[in-house]
Amino acid sequence: MRGFTRRQSLTVGAATMGAVLGVATIPLAGARAADSDVPTADVKPPAFKIEAGAKLRVLRPAKFVDPDETFFRANTKKFTEATGIDVRVDFVSWEDLRPQTAVTANTGAGPDIIIGFSADPQIYASKLVSMNDLAGYLGTKYGGWFQLAQLYGTKWGTQDWLSIPMGGSTGPTVYRMSWLKQAGYDKVPDDLNEFLTLCQKLKQIGHPAGFALGHAVGDANGFADWLLWTHGASLTDAQGKVSLDSKETIAALNYCKELYPHMITGTLSWNDSGNNKAYAAGDISLTFNGVSIYYVCKTSPDPKLQAIAADTNHQLAPRGQSARTPSSALVVNAMLFQHSKYPNAAKEYLRFMMEKEQYGPWLAGCLGYWSNPLKAYSKMGFWDADPKLKPYASGMDTPYYDSYKGPISAASSAVAANYTLVDMFASVATGNATPEAAVKLAARQAARYLKG
Amino acid sequence: MDATVATSVRFVPRRPDGWLTRLFDNKAFLTALCMLPTAGLLLVFLTYPLGLGLWLSLTDTTIGQPGDFIGLDNFVSLAQDPVFWMSVTNTIMYTVVATVGKFLLGLWLAMLLNHHIPFKAFIRAIVLLPWIVPTVLSAIAWWWIYDPQFSIVSYLLVDVLHLRATYIDFLGTPWNARGSLVVANIWRGIPFVAITLLAGLQTISPSLYEAALLDGASAWQKFRRITVPLLMPILSVALTLSVLFTFSDFQLVYAITRGGPFNTTHLMATLAFQRAIPGSQLGEGAAIAVSMIPFLVGATLLCFFGVGRRKWQQGEAND
Repeated sequence: MRGFTRRQSLTVGAATMGAVLGVATIPLAGARAADSDVPTADVKPPAFKIEAGAKLRVLRPAKFVDPDETFFRANTKKFTEATGIDVRVDFVSWEDLRPQTAVTANTGAGPDIIIGFSADPQIYASKLVSMNDLAGYLGTKYGGWFQLAQLYGTKWGTQDWLSIPMGGSTGPTVYRMSWLKQAGYDKVPDDLNEFLTLCQKLKQIGHPAGFALGHAVGDANGFADWLLWTHGASLTDAQGKVSLDSKETIAALNYCKELYPHMITGTLSWNDSGNNKAYAAGDISLTFNGVSIYYVCKTSPDPKLQAIAADTNHQLAPRGQSARTPSSALVVNAMLFQHSKYPNAAKEYLRFMMEKEQYGPWLAGCLGYWSNPLKAYSKMGFWDADPKLKPYASGMDTPYYDSYKGPISAASSAVAANYTLVDMFASVATGNATPEAAVKLAARQAARYLKG
Repeated sequence: MDATVATSVRFVPRRPDGWLTRLFDNKAFLTALCMLPTAGLLLVFLTYPLGLGLWLSLTDTTIGQPGDFIGLDNFVSLAQDPVFWMSVTNTIMYTVVATVGKFLLGLWLAMLLNHHIPFKAFIRAIVLLPWIVPTVLSAIAWWWIYDPQFSIVSYLLVDVLHLRATYIDFLGTPWNARGSLVVANIWRGIPFVAITLLAGLQTISPSLYEAALLDGASAWQKFRRITVPLLMPILSVALTLSVLFTFSDFQLVYAITRGGPFNTTHLMATLAFQRAIPGSQLGEGAAIAVSMIPFLVGATLLCFFGVGRRKWQQGEAND
């Protein structure tokens, strides 16, 4: 309320807005100068006329690393202090977020902003406020959006921004440097045959690699997508028609079958924490994962885990036949719903959260848990302070997404959620199905969801 | 309240009853009225969700999009879906094997507990533990026991006893995973069966056994001719409940395997959830759930009449 009266007395124009917020944030920016070394273009922020008496409710996914929540809350508090707008942020568990988003969209009531997962803006496009002004401003100021951010943030096939992508959780290669050296490698080879030989040798020295093939939403789907894309295969063609039944997919399946015996046993029953546990126990030498393994080991008081962190390095997933990084990321998008009574306040809040004074500390605090959607943030100092984090700086610099190459839709999430691709690879790897039979079954299942 | 009231009572000729009084004197009306709260509760909390489920199964509703009526499309497509049929056979197999296991072990346990043993009450309380612990918690415990890398069973067999060279891949192959789930389910279900049957055993009069002893009956004959027939009424009830619980089991399977590896351990309940909520195909999920109804009704009838009839043949009174 204090802010409300103060704001009433202001003639809110572009210049005043910028000045007010600028004044409010300078001391804080100075306090964490190291985290805000972001090159920016000189752009005037869009003038959002904040509604009188505005207050906001925000829903976002629960944290997996502590700083995610700590910095998010601190930044929100800063916003309230600077503008007087009361913001309530609720953190909900990942599996509850989607149903809650659906209810909010369908009833037209609830949070003003939902920070939802990948395809959600496409699903609820008709219920969202356009973000062209804000996305345009942020893109110009921060060196442009990475391709994955653009894919998920804009309405499919257009340049219309439906949401503001805030980060992406990606899964590059996580490996033990000493064991790789023991196997005769300095880094993970990009060539698939070489990669297979590496995994073979790692198994021979008693430190096998391991990739999730069980019902693990993030890890297993990531591995299945990597197998497809490195072989030039894809779930759908550009029109969204299922194109899985191809010789490239068969090649990917055969590759997986060759790779499987060199992996640690038991990956078929891994869920999303399976490879984390096995890696932290020193049972596997190499896997694909987010920064969480490294983060936990590095911040642990246990010297054994710290030693693992010291011996750990990250590298972008092997490319195979793909020209670009063949992995996607789980993107979180901030969606502003049309039922919000305070759309301008909400946009101002999102702008505030994405500015370097706030976004920088959040990104750096999470050690790359969320890869940045805006290119300029990849130049921040903390990426170089710990070069092991570097692959996460370009986590969203990829043309690949769930259900690549077709349109992003509700159906593409359903295919991933039903483990269609994962089960296809798992059944072939274990010899329970021939590649030809497995691909036919998976294509049939995918076609059921992707029909419309 | 007022003392004078009592003294001032005098005879007043009975006036003809008002329509309200007559209405409330009507037995049929009163019965209906008293049943209304229960009927209302059933209607709101049972019939409505069931009806909604039936309706959803005839639509292509997804989470977020209201669907259109598509008739029996969902069922037709499920009929051609090998994963669905595998979930049906899995469910039946899971129910049959687990129920047989639970009843054999449960009956055995009940007979052991029926003897006089030291700390009887304490041991009986402990036996109930698997049943009392929330399923999700015990499922997580089993999930650790079955972990490919950290399993206590594998550790004992490989590192302590040196009976095996490699860790067991409990959940990594279809048959291992199914077996592991059945074992976990039996473990969880035994207490229910044991305690129920124990209650039944204790209603059997010892004089019958004494008479049999005098007639020179063997232990097996006593079991076969006295225990089993007299246990039948409670056995049929316990069996029905147990079959229903097992058939619609969800938590154990979803927490331990989530239907993996490659959908080979999905039960109908887990597949319905998997398709409806994470997969957001509410219509299809509802169709799978609806498909469970005939099986459940069939299983109930089978238990009741299959086991129950024998009870009548033995000349028992109705209970």
